[in-house]
Amino acid sequence: MLLKLLLRNAFRHRLRTLLTIGGIAVAILAFGLLRTVITAWYAGVAASSANRLVTRNAISLIFPLPLSYKEKIRAVDGVSIVSYGNWFGGVYIEEKNFFANFAVEPISYFDLYPEFLLSDDERAAFFRERKACVAGQKLAKRFGWKIGDTIILRGTIFPGNWEFILHAIYQGKDKTIDENQFFFHWEYLNETLRKTIARRADQVGFYMIGVKRPDQAAATAEAVDGLFKNSYAETLTETEKAFQMSFVSMSEAIITVILLVSYVIIVIIMAVVANTMAMSVRERMGEYAVFKTLGFGSGYLAGLILGESLTLTAVGGLLGIGATFPAAAAFGQAVGQFFPIFHVSAETIWMDMAAAAIVGVAAAVIPIWRVVHVRIADGLGRIG
Amino acid sequence: MPSKRPVIEITDLVKSYRRGGQSIPVLENICLKIEEGEFLALMGPSGSGKSTLLNLIAGLDQADSGSIRVGDREITVLSESELARWRAGHVGFIFQFYNLIPVLTAFENVELPLMLTRLSKKARKSHVATALSLVSLSDRMDHYPRQLSGGQQQRVAIARAVVTDPTLLVADEPTGDLDRHSADEVLQLMDQLCTELGKTIVMVTHDPRAARKSHTLKYLEKGVLTDAPQIAAPECL
Repeated sequence: MLLKLLLRNAFRHRLRTLLTIGGIAVAILAFGLLRTVITAWYAGVAASSANRLVTRNAISLIFPLPLSYKEKIRAVDGVSIVSYGNWFGGVYIEEKNFFANFAVEPISYFDLYPEFLLSDDERAAFFRERKACVAGQKLAKRFGWKIGDTIILRGTIFPGNWEFILHAIYQGKDKTIDENQFFFHWEYLNETLRKTIARRADQVGFYMIGVKRPDQAAATAEAVDGLFKNSYAETLTETEKAFQMSFVSMSEAIITVILLVSYVIIVIIMAVVANTMAMSVRERMGEYAVFKTLGFGSGYLAGLILGESLTLTAVGGLLGIGATFPAAAAFGQAVGQFFPIFHVSAETIWMDMAAAAIVGVAAAVIPIWRVVHVRIADGLGRIG
Repeated sequence: MPSKRPVIEITDLVKSYRRGGQSIPVLENICLKIEEGEFLALMGPSGSGKSTLLNLIAGLDQADSGSIRVGDREITVLSESELARWRAGHVGFIFQFYNLIPVLTAFENVELPLMLTRLSKKARKSHVATALSLVSLSDRMDHYPRQLSGGQQQRVAIARAVVTDPTLLVADEPTGDLDRHSADEVLQLMDQLCTELGKTIVMVTHDPRAARKSHTLKYLEKGVLTDAPQIAAPECL
């Protein structure tokens, strides 16, 4: 009877209920999308491995490091593998087709990134050919690239038109892996530079270091930086997570604003649902007084009101969550070049559900308090 | 007909309300005895305290002082939750505006008080069917209140009041919102509950025709209870 009653009460004023549910659905959708944007912002951090360190020039990432550091770093205790590369910054046809592209030492780099899945044949083909390149699955799909295609990037940091042959397309191990990246042989870049701008040859933008034990990453980083202390190119070594975080922290203010807006949306919808519940309960105060008259206790009435409030937020919340997936897919497609990883995480869904539940409970608190404390005679509207 | 022993015994009952920091006396030293199976009507002008007295007898409100004994129970000392349990088991309510729950059918409205009992679904169904048949509305059990006339709604309310077989029925202006024909039906039904089923009924009314159906008539004016329209000595003196 309780369930029947609260459901019938919830849908008693259909227009009001539908508008409230619509409001909750839109709020949960907006909350979910904003949370997904934040998750996307941290995607690089989330995909970082505790086994990897990044070494760069201590002054700034834009200053290079000598290639000669490689063997010295490899000799540091705790280092298992060393790779290196450069941010290439090439443009495909026009500026708006932005994607991340790197010149890397292919064998060691792909050893360091087992989450980039390649078939053995593709891997071998990529390693063999100097002009070979690898693109992520989403990137290849975006531009309609197929194995064997010739891809030309216009260099912005390294001038000229650079020609590559697509020999492999990698897949991410899971949804958190960015499939919008492009890699080619660092040696191809270096050889060309030797011929064209010799002073920029044999220099790398970063070293990627694999460590044997993640718990010794800090000591290894310190040891690496110690090697080059007081040299003309001092290094800054940090975990991949910290390295990624340094990019995220540049936009911390924006993230904070997005976070605040997401909470404000929840507070607003809480006020809307609370208002709906307050109106409904005020209109039905006489009925609640009848329940009390008949002997129903405060717990039953609280259950009736809380159940009604939770029914509204559950329906609205589920609709909002359901709408988040297509909305996020469309949003992700529109902003794919800025947010290569844009998917609704399980954590976001849990937060959506928690937000809906909190709104449901909070909206019921004042109406419950009123119903529990109203004198029966006042509720029935008869004193005289 | 008035019979054996008093089922309700009220002694020196005082009740006042506070409005804007002022205490407004509503009932002053009320003394009253109502016997088992009695049909008592309370009349009086608006604001005389009739409904307040009815609320106190039914355990819906708390007195400032005095005693109300219903059966073997002194109800003025009961807590809110004890009063709620007591009402559920001992009192049936009939209101002026029926106060049925609009989203429940006639059957469900009548079943409502039984939800507080340990009766099985089958037993509840049987009780509801009996109560609805008593008010001749068995054929309307699936109707919602909005699909019933005023008189029919009041009969459903009466069925809800008697379905738990309470000792006491309290009725606040039960015919106040009804046409003459429906009012007569309701009064007939209440008379039947009293004479045939031995229910004790306390009814507040402005309607002299309704009052005439009662066995005992009391007047309340300015918080003082009398037997006749003119002021008389308190009954317990």
